Amino acid sequence: MSDEIKTKIIAIIAEQAVLEPSDVRDDQGLDDLGIDSLGLVECIFAIEETFDISVPFNANEPDQSDFDISSVAAIVKAVQGLIAEQSS
Amino acid sequence: MKRVVITGAGTVNALGLDVPSTLEAMREGHCGISELKFRDVDRLSIKIGGQIHGWTTENRFNRQQIALYDRFTQFALTAAKEAIEQSGLEFIGDLAAKSGVIFGTSGGGLNTQDDNYRMVYEEGKNRVHPFVVPKLMNNASCSHVSMEYNLKGPSFTVATACASSNHAMGQAFNMVRCGMATAMVTGGSESMLCFGGVKAWEGLRVMSKDACRPFSLNRNGMVQGEGAAVFVFEEYEHAKARGAEILCEVIGFSMTSDASDIVMPSKQGAARAIAGAMADAQINPEDIGYINAHGTGTAANDKTECAAVADALGHHADTVMMSSTKSMHGHLIGGTGAVELLACIMALKDGVIAPTINYEEPDPECALDVVPNEARDADVDVVLSNAFAFGGLNAVIALRKAS
Repeated sequence: MSDEIKTKIIAIIAEQAVLEPSDVRDDQGLDDLGIDSLGLVECIFAIEETFDISVPFNANEPDQSDFDISSVAAIVKAVQGLIAEQSS
Repeated sequence: MKRVVITGAGTVNALGLDVPSTLEAMREGHCGISELKFRDVDRLSIKIGGQIHGWTTENRFNRQQIALYDRFTQFALTAAKEAIEQSGLEFIGDLAAKSGVIFGTSGGGLNTQDDNYRMVYEEGKNRVHPFVVPKLMNNASCSHVSMEYNLKGPSFTVATACASSNHAMGQAFNMVRCGMATAMVTGGSESMLCFGGVKAWEGLRVMSKDACRPFSLNRNGMVQGEGAAVFVFEEYEHAKARGAEILCEVIGFSMTSDASDIVMPSKQGAARAIAGAMADAQINPEDIGYINAHGTGTAANDKTECAAVADALGHHADTVMMSSTKSMHGHLIGGTGAVELLACIMALKDGVIAPTINYEEPDPECALDVVPNEARDADVDVVLSNAFAFGGLNAVIALRKAS
């Protein structure tokens, strides 16, 4: 289950970054992948639609959000947390 | 070139249903932002806005009018009535032929669209009211005002998102200035506070869930408003000859395009518009006493706007007063510049600078005098009003005290 989530998230990020999923590394940040603020908002939308969850994110205070977007690994962890929280 | 003066003003917005009550609310630093009330609001995550409550359509318009007037047209007609009555102008003969209406709006008849899409898609109906198109079209408010007051000159609607009203008033100004028109009824109207209107904005993730706090370090986004403001722009000699009360003079206008990003603002584009308005008005930075900021309360706008003002005004940016009244009435999108022009008139005519309310923490990237939380008495001769739209379209107006 966990790997499946990760694969889907990386596919979403790779699509925004116009990269192959295999070229997206866990430690990369969205900046490193060339994803700007609009791309980020699109990624979050796609994540919400894919996993049927609600992601608490406000573009005005990305650093203060509970949703950690500092790296690909952080996003995967945050989404896993939200799925666990919101499916219960 | 002719001189252009403002001889009438009218408004409806979350702070008041006319100009005196709106200016009183601005002086007092009242907040017009409240809990949204409309159908399906429980399905929104953003539940606040500068909504006009207690707007009883049935008491204001008859059945035939209601069938044709979307809420944004109702707002425009009500504001136009106040403005034209104050001006004392009666549009007949040559004056009617040489006077027109230019309004700004972004969403036009969005409530009409929302209601009718819901009816055909959600409720599965296959027939809509015959007036859906004339009710929802963006120029409906402009056309109804021209019909109501016999304004037969150049008339159209401008849509440049958050700068629509400033672009509209800039066109009106230039038409009177170049002699094409004797008087122009101008401003803007917006009514986006419906389920579809707010839902669309929610998607962009730039809206605040609790308050609009322009320039404050803890700002977390914009809050939408609704309403209209309408003005009568009149050729100076014409106004003087008939002894009209002059509220202030319009002295300059400039517009630029960032040509860079569909949502992120650019310092250069904004600074060029501010500098352009100063050049058009033939004024120096030191002449400017007050700027009504675009000041949306988003992270991006406020710091970019402060940097642009610092660029365009140089060291005078440290002394000029600049406030965002969106903190009180919300962001009226296509109508916002018009409502904000009221704060400019109040500064010039009454010597009162409207505050930026909800200001809690200084932001080093917005280190200007933003007139925090309380209105201030000040004698100012020249003011600017900024509007910077999504899509990078900027429009800045310069005004001077009546003389």
